[in-house]
Amino acid sequence: MYRYDEFDHAFVRQRVDQFRDQVSRRLSGELSEDEFKPLRLMNGLYLQLHAYMLRVAIPYGTLSSRQMRCLAHIARTYDKDYGHFTTRQNIQYNWPALKDVPDILMDLAAVEMHALQTSGNCIRNVTADQYAGAAADEIEDPRVWCEIIRQWSSLHPEFSFLPRKFKIAVTGAPNDRAAVAVHDIGLRMVRNEAGEVGFQVLVGGGQGRTPVIGSMIRAFLPKRYLLSYLEAILRVYNLLGRRDNIFKARIKILVQQVGAQVFADMVEDEWQHLKDGPVELPDGELERIQAYFAPPSFEPLPTLHAGFVEAKDRDPAFAAWARSNLADHREPGYAIVNLSLKPVGGVPGDATSAQMDTVADLADRFSLGEIRVSHEQNLILPHVRQKDLHSLWQELTAVGFATANIGLISDIIACPGLDYCSLANARSIPIAQQISTRFAELDRMHDIGELKVKISGCINACGHHHVGHIGILGVDKKGEEFYQITLGGDATETAELGRLVGPALPYDKVADAVETLVDTYLEHRQGGERFLDTYRRVGLQPFKEKLYATH
Amino acid sequence: MPKHVVTANRLIDGAVVYLTDCGGWSERIQDAIVADGKEADAALTAAADRAVADCIVVAPYLIDVDTAADSSVLRALRYRERIRSDGPSIHPEFAKNLKG
Repeated sequence: MYRYDEFDHAFVRQRVDQFRDQVSRRLSGELSEDEFKPLRLMNGLYLQLHAYMLRVAIPYGTLSSRQMRCLAHIARTYDKDYGHFTTRQNIQYNWPALKDVPDILMDLAAVEMHALQTSGNCIRNVTADQYAGAAADEIEDPRVWCEIIRQWSSLHPEFSFLPRKFKIAVTGAPNDRAAVAVHDIGLRMVRNEAGEVGFQVLVGGGQGRTPVIGSMIRAFLPKRYLLSYLEAILRVYNLLGRRDNIFKARIKILVQQVGAQVFADMVEDEWQHLKDGPVELPDGELERIQAYFAPPSFEPLPTLHAGFVEAKDRDPAFAAWARSNLADHREPGYAIVNLSLKPVGGVPGDATSAQMDTVADLADRFSLGEIRVSHEQNLILPHVRQKDLHSLWQELTAVGFATANIGLISDIIACPGLDYCSLANARSIPIAQQISTRFAELDRMHDIGELKVKISGCINACGHHHVGHIGILGVDKKGEEFYQITLGGDATETAELGRLVGPALPYDKVADAVETLVDTYLEHRQGGERFLDTYRRVGLQPFKEKLYATH
Repeated sequence: MPKHVVTANRLIDGAVVYLTDCGGWSERIQDAIVADGKEADAALTAAADRAVADCIVVAPYLIDVDTAADSSVLRALRYRERIRSDGPSIHPEFAKNLKG
């Protein structure tokens, strides 16, 4: 894992000291709320519906057990004993007191964490494939480049006041688990015909009120040019992005207005001025950062552990969990383990301090001390020996993280919604709870197969509803909560935006509607089709007819 | 014309609070002073602005309340404000109106 150097430590502590002074001046009245607001936002502190909310960065979704224990400590000491893992691979605390936030930030700094770049019109905390450094299908570890982008962007004076927030996601694998096509910049590590590794560059993707799938503006960018090329994109955006209208300020609007090819040409022109200039990584820097992400010392193990196979044969519940919650590891004899933060009827993404502490202990005992956070709001133990899987599963069952539902209908993404968020129009979490309770039966869930339900409480789309196989968007109709349903969204390498099925439904009809959609899929399913495959084959109409015939 | 109360967030900890009849701020909407008419609204708003200047609260505003059914029970009209006064619907244990 990346370890702070002297500069990082000094920089983060300096920012904490600055914020402590700013909070003190706010409490004394020296700073007004208008003066203070941009300062607190630069430190990840929002004022939400019920209280302040602190959004802590988890760079590229990677945590050590020590850092997880600190997150538990913060929940226990300063908040209501829980935290919420988000679709940006961050954690949010919903109840911190303003007076305590400098102490929280100092505690975070002690474990090399912070809340920088989690708010404001800057380059936000870079996200990545949660299986980075472990996945069997990975070309290279994307976290190396996420860290390089972080170091380049954190104090970049040119990009600290962009027209709007700016999100970058990186995947090192062809199977896109980082939703890169719906980011301002999406980077996919690819090989060219010569076998060299570089980046395919997508730009202008995003969700919100104007959802767009990113356009590929470069099929192959040699790795050494990443920073100069990113700087060229950001420079074009910074110059031409609209600052007069918040709803048209994202780079996706600019790319749509000028056209992807024209935008690509502008970037190319700008890049010619920057290429091979001072922004490129100095000799040795890539190697220095790569060294932090050197693979841990894996034991030489057989590809398949006989005890793991036997345990699956004798224990159907373990077999079901292994089928849905494990992913292939690149090292023989190891597995990637997904911990579901979506228990039946639970709050997607929430974890108590006791659960966080337990995960930290399990990471130390079973996963070389490493933990990951996914944008789908689950936790991951990335390096588990197959021979330990049954024991680990038993312990996860005891702590409530062994629901065998990863990628299934109850593994729902849900934004905080109107229960917490001052922007929301409707609640998201109770809808997720209703659906996961409705489909609680494990055999039924596994029979339905992969089905991604994503729920947002407003058009800002933090719950990624645009790219849900079933997307649910809360809207306000004369003070009442209603929900629009979209179908066919996809956040992966075959990214698509969902299509609206029809008029919005009231709060108490949403779970019924999802059941109708699932029944329609099962009626039309052929062979081993997933929900998305069937939808793509038969189209929207059969679903629409069934939904509005019964509701 | 609905009646109003003033709500805000307390500066030091962000808690949802309501202006009371003795000029203080309570976490319980039941304690709020109710304004009936434009002049009363203006008086409450002026009191809230003074509390902002005194660094007690941030972002005060008037909300519609329903007192028709039972004048002893105050209830926000908009659902959003009911969630603010009662706590997240998914955490009934955080409901402030359960206290006292």
